[in-house]
Amino acid sequence: MAVVQQAIKFPVWRRRLLLMMVLSGFALLICRAVYLQGLHRAFLQKEGDARYTREIVLTSHRGMIMDRNGEPLAISTPVESIWASPPDVEADKEQLVKLAALLEIQSNELSKKLVNQNRDFVYLKRRIPPQLASHVMQLGIPGIFTQREYRRYYPAGDVTAHLVGFTGSDEVGQEGFELKYQDWLSGKNGSRHVIKDRQGHIVEDLEAVKVPQDGHDLVVSIDRKIQYLAYRELAKAVEENKAKAGSAIVLDAKTGEILAMANLPSYNPNNPENILGKSRNRAIVDTFEPGSTMKPMTIGAAIETGNFTADTKIQTAPGTMVIGTATIHDSHPQGLITVAQVIQKSSNVGAAKIALTMKPQYLWGVYNQLGFGSPTHVGFPGEVGGKLRNYKTWRPIEQATMAFGNGISVTLLQLARAYTVFANEGELRPVSLLKLKDPPVGQQVFTAQTANTIKDMLELVVQPGGTAPKAQVVGYRVAGKTGTAHKVGIGGYLEDKYVSSFVGMAPATNPRIIIAVMIDEPSNGKYYGGEVAAPVFSTLMAGTLRMLSVPQDAPNNNVVLPPEGAPEVKEDT
Amino acid sequence: MISKLSDRLLKHIDSFLMGCILFTCLIGLFVLYSASGQNFDKTGSQIINILAAITIMWAAANIAPQHLERIALPLFIFGLLLLLGVALFGEISHGARRWLHLGLVRIQPSELMKIAVPMMLAWYFAKREASLRFWDYAFGALFLVVPIGFIMKQPDLGTALLIAASGFYVLFLAGLSWRLLLGSCISAAVLAPVFWSMLHDYQRKRIQILIDPYQDPLGAGYHTIQATIALGSGGLTGKGWLNGTQSQLDFLPERTTDFIFAVFGEEFGLLGNVLLLVLFTLIIGRGLIIAAHAQNTFCRLLAGSITLTFFTYVFVNIGMVSGILPVVGVPLPLISYGGTSLVTLLLGFGILMSIQTHKKLVTT
Repeated sequence: MAVVQQAIKFPVWRRRLLLMMVLSGFALLICRAVYLQGLHRAFLQKEGDARYTREIVLTSHRGMIMDRNGEPLAISTPVESIWASPPDVEADKEQLVKLAALLEIQSNELSKKLVNQNRDFVYLKRRIPPQLASHVMQLGIPGIFTQREYRRYYPAGDVTAHLVGFTGSDEVGQEGFELKYQDWLSGKNGSRHVIKDRQGHIVEDLEAVKVPQDGHDLVVSIDRKIQYLAYRELAKAVEENKAKAGSAIVLDAKTGEILAMANLPSYNPNNPENILGKSRNRAIVDTFEPGSTMKPMTIGAAIETGNFTADTKIQTAPGTMVIGTATIHDSHPQGLITVAQVIQKSSNVGAAKIALTMKPQYLWGVYNQLGFGSPTHVGFPGEVGGKLRNYKTWRPIEQATMAFGNGISVTLLQLARAYTVFANEGELRPVSLLKLKDPPVGQQVFTAQTANTIKDMLELVVQPGGTAPKAQVVGYRVAGKTGTAHKVGIGGYLEDKYVSSFVGMAPATNPRIIIAVMIDEPSNGKYYGGEVAAPVFSTLMAGTLRMLSVPQDAPNNNVVLPPEGAPEVKEDT
Repeated sequence: MISKLSDRLLKHIDSFLMGCILFTCLIGLFVLYSASGQNFDKTGSQIINILAAITIMWAAANIAPQHLERIALPLFIFGLLLLLGVALFGEISHGARRWLHLGLVRIQPSELMKIAVPMMLAWYFAKREASLRFWDYAFGALFLVVPIGFIMKQPDLGTALLIAASGFYVLFLAGLSWRLLLGSCISAAVLAPVFWSMLHDYQRKRIQILIDPYQDPLGAGYHTIQATIALGSGGLTGKGWLNGTQSQLDFLPERTTDFIFAVFGEEFGLLGNVLLLVLFTLIIGRGLIIAAHAQNTFCRLLAGSITLTFFTYVFVNIGMVSGILPVVGVPLPLISYGGTSLVTLLLGFGILMSIQTHKKLVTT
C-alpha cells in the first residue's frame, strides 16, 4: 500500500484542467456543428445542391410556317451536334483519325479541342445529319455525345424569302415572319433536373421539370403557287426591263388576305449571306411616289362631293396648267374631256383641276381614310406608313400634284389596299398576311355608287384608247390604273429614272383579285406603267384567276388590242 | 461450462468500455457502408479489421501491467530502430515514407510509437518519481522529440501530432511544473516562425487554407469546403442513411477515411453528431476514471495518456472536417476505414482494460 500512496497522484487542479479541456473541446465541436448544421445550413445546402443538380435543356421544335393550303414555307429538320467532354474521352489514335474523317475536321484540330482537360463541354461539330451522327456514335468513343438540334429549312427559298425571313444560328427569327412571330413559332425549351456526380455522369433523373413545348405552326395568307407565279413573272419583267427592283402583290379583294407578295432582288434564306440590299420586303418597308395610280382616289373624292359625274366635262387644253410658279404638263394634250377620260387617258391637268375644286381638309380626309400616311398594321417588321402631309400645310401646287400622285409617298401594299374600295362598293378592307377564318369588317370610304363609277372608269383604262391595253386578261373583265412616276432624287425629280406601276382588279363585274405591280427603274427603253407593269399584271392575274377557278365574266374573247399604228395612249406621270 | 469459458474470456474485459467501443464501431460500419458507395467488400474487410483489433485488445487486456512496464524500454528502442529503418529503407507511397517491409509483413512503425512513446515516458517517470528533477523532464522531452522528429520527416504530421500529444499528457500528468509549461509555451510562440519555415509547403498551405478555404476552392481548399458543405447540408436530422448527396456522388474526398465524419454528419445531421460525441465522451470518461483509479504511477500515466490521446484523435479529426483545424491526416477513431489505426487504438483500450482489471493481483 505504501508504494501506491507514494505514487504521483494527479493533483486535483490538473485533473480538473484536463477534464475542462476535454469538455470544452467537445463543446467547441458541438458549437461548430450547430453553426454549420443549424445556422449556416441554408447556405451550405444551397452550395451543396449547386454542386450536384444540373439543369439539362431539352430543345423544342420550332413551329412550321405554312401557306394557306398547308404547304410548308419553313420547316425545322432535326440535326445532331457532336460534343465531347475532354476529360472523359478515351480514344486511341485510330479512332481519333476516324472521328476526324467523319466530322470532316483536321485531326490536329480535333486533338486540340480534346486536349483541354478543364472544360467538360466542347462542340466538335454542329448540325450534322442524323445519319452521320449515328456513324460517329457507332465509333463508341467514351466521352463523345450527341445533342439534338434543329435546322431551319425553307423549301420555297428565294421565292418567299422576304416574307418568311430566316432564323439565326440559335433559331431566333431575324427577318420576316420568323422575326415577327418569334414568340409564337419558338417553342419553350424544356429542362430536366438531374443529379450528376463529380464526373458529370447523370446519376438520377430527379424530375422532368419542364416538358419542352414545341412552337406553334403559323398559317399565313400566302398561296405558294400564286407566290411562285408572282415571283417568276416579276423576275421576268425585272430582267427584261433591266430594272433595279420590283414588287408584286396579289390581294384577295374580298378578304384582304395577301395571296402573294414577291420582291426582287431576293436571296436564299437557307444560306443568308451577302443579303444587304436584297433582304427588304420592298412592298411593305419601302415607299415610292405612286404617280397616276392615285388619280382614282382623287376622282372618287370629287364624285363624292356631288359636283362631278363621270360625264362632267373638263377642259384640259392646252395640256399645261400654271399654278403659281409651277407648270403641270400633259404629254398628250387631250382638250375637252370627260372625268372618265381623265382616268382613261390619265390627264394630269384634268386631275389637278378637279382636285383644286376640293377643300384641302376634305381631300386629305379621303386620302387618310384610304389608308395613306399611316401603316397598314398588317403585322410585318419594319413596315412604314409613307408620307401624307398635313392639309394645313398644303399649297395649291401641292394639292394639284398630289392629285396625280406626286408629293405623296406610299407602300405598294397601301396602294393595293386602297383599291379594295373599288372592288367592294366603297368599303376599304384591311389587309392580312395571315390566313383568316372570317372575312374582316371593312370601312366605308366611298358610296357604292361612287366606287362602281370609278371601277367603270378603270375598265376603260385597259380598253383601246386607255393607257394599259396590255393589262387585259382573256375571259375576264379588268379594271385598273397605270402609274409612271419620276423618281425623286437629290434636288428634285430625276429625268430618266422612273417607277412604273399598275394596280388593277378582276373580274371587274365582281372583283375577286387585286394585283399591284411596281417596277423600280426600268432602263431598257420602256418605262410607262402600261408597258412595263401592265403585262406582269395581265399574266399574273390570268394565272391567279385560273388557279382559284374564278368564273369568267367575259367568256367570249374580250381582248381588244388597239389597231396597229394607232397612237399609244400614255400617261405622263 | 460455457459460462465458465465466457467468464474466463471476459475476465479482463471492461464491459462498459467494451460496450461503448462496439457500439461506436457498429455505427462506423454503417457509415462506411454508405460512404463506400454501398461496397460490401470494403465493409466486410473493415469487419475483419475490427475483429482482429478486438482480438489484439483482448490479448493486451490479459497482459498484466507490470509486464507492460517491463517491456516499455525495449519496445521504445525497438520502435526507434524501426523508425530509423523507415528513414533508410522505407517504402514510399503517396509521397511519404512511412512503411517498412519486414519479410512477409509490412508495418508502419509510427503507429507502434503511438503506444511505445507514452509507455516509455510513463515507465521513466514512474521509475524516477521519488527523485524527480528538472533533468528528468528534459530527458522526457528527448524521448518525445526523437521519434517525433523521425515521423515528421516521413512526413506524417498527423501521427507526429498525436504522439506529441500523448507524450505531453504524460509529462503534464507527471507534474510538469507550471514554470516549465509556461516557459515552453513562450518558447513555442517564439519558435513558431522557425517552425513555420520548417513546414513543408503543403502543410503550410493547409494552415492558410484553414483561415480561408475559398482562396483555393478547387485545390487545397477543396477538402474543407466540400466537408463543411456536406456537414451543413445535413441539417438538424440529416438526409438519412445512404442519402447524403455530397458523399454519395463522389464530391467528398477521402470519404471513407479521414473525412468520414462529413458523411456521417450529412446523413445523420446534428443529432447524429451529438450522439457520436456523447459516445466518445463516455469512452473518454471511462478512461479517465480508470486512470484515476489506477494502482501505480506507470498505470496512471499510461492510462491518462491513452485516454487523452483518444480525445485528441477525436477533436483533431472532427475539428479538421468541420473546418476549425487544419487538414492533418488523423482518422476518426473507431469509425474511419483502415486496420492500422484501429489496431493501435484497441491495443490502447486493451491496456486500459488491463490496468482496470489487474488491480487486485498486485495489491498486497
